[in-house]
Amino acid sequence: MSEPASRPPGLVVAPDLPDIIPQKTPRKDLLGFILRNPAMAAGIFILGFMMFIAVFAPLLFTVDPTALAPSRRNRVPSELYWFGTDHLGRDIYSRVVYGARISLIVGFGVAITASIAGLAIGLVSGMVRWSDGIIMRIVDGMMSIPPILLAIALMALTRGSVGNVILAITLAEIPRVARLVRGVVLTLREQPYVDAAIAAGTRTPTVILRHILPNTLAPMIVQATYICASAMIVEAILSFIGAGIPPTIPSWGNIMADGRTLWQVRPHIVMFPAIFLSLTVLAVNLVGDGLRDILDPRMAKRI
Amino acid sequence: MSIPVLEVNDLKKHFALPGGFLAPRGYVYAVDGVSFSIQKGETLSLVGESGCGKSSVGKSILRLYEITGGQVSLSGQRIDDLSPGKLRPLRRQMQVVFQDPFSSLNPRMRVRNILAEPMTNFGLASNRAEIDRRVGDLLEKVGLPREAASRWPHEFSGGQRQRIGIARALAAEPSLIICDEAVSALDVSVKAQIVNLLQDLQKELGLALLFISHDLAIVEHMTHRVAVMYLGRIVEKGPRDAIFSRPQHPYTRALLSAVPVPDPEIRRERILLTGDVPSPINPPKGCRFHTRCAYAFDRCRSEEPLLKSRGPQHVAACHLHDRPEAENPMLKPVSAI
Repeated sequence: MSEPASRPPGLVVAPDLPDIIPQKTPRKDLLGFILRNPAMAAGIFILGFMMFIAVFAPLLFTVDPTALAPSRRNRVPSELYWFGTDHLGRDIYSRVVYGARISLIVGFGVAITASIAGLAIGLVSGMVRWSDGIIMRIVDGMMSIPPILLAIALMALTRGSVGNVILAITLAEIPRVARLVRGVVLTLREQPYVDAAIAAGTRTPTVILRHILPNTLAPMIVQATYICASAMIVEAILSFIGAGIPPTIPSWGNIMADGRTLWQVRPHIVMFPAIFLSLTVLAVNLVGDGLRDILDPRMAKRI
Repeated sequence: MSIPVLEVNDLKKHFALPGGFLAPRGYVYAVDGVSFSIQKGETLSLVGESGCGKSSVGKSILRLYEITGGQVSLSGQRIDDLSPGKLRPLRRQMQVVFQDPFSSLNPRMRVRNILAEPMTNFGLASNRAEIDRRVGDLLEKVGLPREAASRWPHEFSGGQRQRIGIARALAAEPSLIICDEAVSALDVSVKAQIVNLLQDLQKELGLALLFISHDLAIVEHMTHRVAVMYLGRIVEKGPRDAIFSRPQHPYTRALLSAVPVPDPEIRRERILLTGDVPSPINPPKGCRFHTRCAYAFDRCRSEEPLLKSRGPQHVAACHLHDRPEAENPMLKPVSAI
């Protein structure tokens, strides 16, 4: 610092500016995450709750969800029957809790299998030029059939079982993933960094694994959550119309199907599984939206 | 003369137009018979309008495109007919810097891994410690801190990313770097920094540069020789001073007259080209430039001119030079340049 005397006249040193914006250190703990992503946190909480009741169904004051009690049928919710009973006297609370297992198994099962199969098909279609036309025409053909209709048709060919329901919905969902992955791959393969990697002597399999696949994962994981949600709904629809899970296994769709003839006098039979289904689908979608924001690498370091 | 680092002879790249039944609907003659060579430590600039095939030349040399015809040799070895497996080790000798600093770096790789990729591919470093050391050296060489290695591409500005792109090209220890519009997307001040960096590296490492650009002011600043491209062909080629002071092709003159002069007092003749570049799908017969040339005469419309010598190492493809001197406007000095 120079002496005040040597300063030209009229020149004053500006005082330090006050810190108008206080320095904020982002919270790295759980509370910080909830405050930054309240919707996603709610989704994770609801989804976690549904997983909890699915896993620990026998321990949650349930009775055998298939036990018939014709003398106590069509009861309204009470202290003994929390969600009431259906037209065969089965305890709806127990059936709804056990039904969470089917919805989650079908949702996650379809999301995982459809993603893996769609990723493989999309990568081949996007990278191997001559196969693109053939694969995409088949995919177009599959997409021209409404997914629910396709699933119904596939279920009509087989016996109703959880595995067959997953398979049928997966086949109906694969085209969407394959389309998405192909589109992403087609834009990625034209990226200069892919050209630079080839010029830097990287082999084609490594180019795919290192430069193309990681950049398809983010949109694909987000798509997988939406597929998970839609698979749960399609499963409920299939069960509702009697083309899905066998009626002996309690699933939310089956419970609603059993209650539909009585919904004007006993609306709770349809209502309880419907609420659980809606909440689960909402939760999965909230998690998907949250993932979409987080998986964007440019957003990863935001405060 | 010694063996050139890069020799390109009659390079052709035609893109098939999709949409035809069984056979293509036609071809885009993006590159149609281009020849040049570059010596060690030399810069050759490839200039021309958008869509004249400059970038296709670069990508064809790099074999990012399968070429339609012609020969490409690296230090005397033909590479255009090699299988991808045989070509891979030779790719070390030629690297590329792209125009867009944002899409030329993989957003999901740290700078260290971006720079390590060519080293491990070509076996230039044997262990992690050596890779880390070399990555640090490279970053310093291009004027970035060594700590940049652990960061992500999106944490850098455009000019810094372009430096990372240059570092990646240098990582392979090439003898030739193809700069495909490498400074066109940058601010003027950053542009100057990157051009100076390229020149310093060239002097230090004896690099040959193929500088693909449409920016003649930058080209004049840094190049040794210039090749002017129009519709997939080279119309004029020569040493920098000859091209900039005695252009021998009407198209080169038009290009030069479009360079802004930073002095409002200077008034000079502007040669305005009318119309767009003709379609490379159906290039004009005869001289490809005759549709926009002010001096075109009958012969230009029917016969394609060949590159003929117009001075030491200076060639131009124009029929005007076969006419009597009095009728050749290319011999008149370029006014007020």
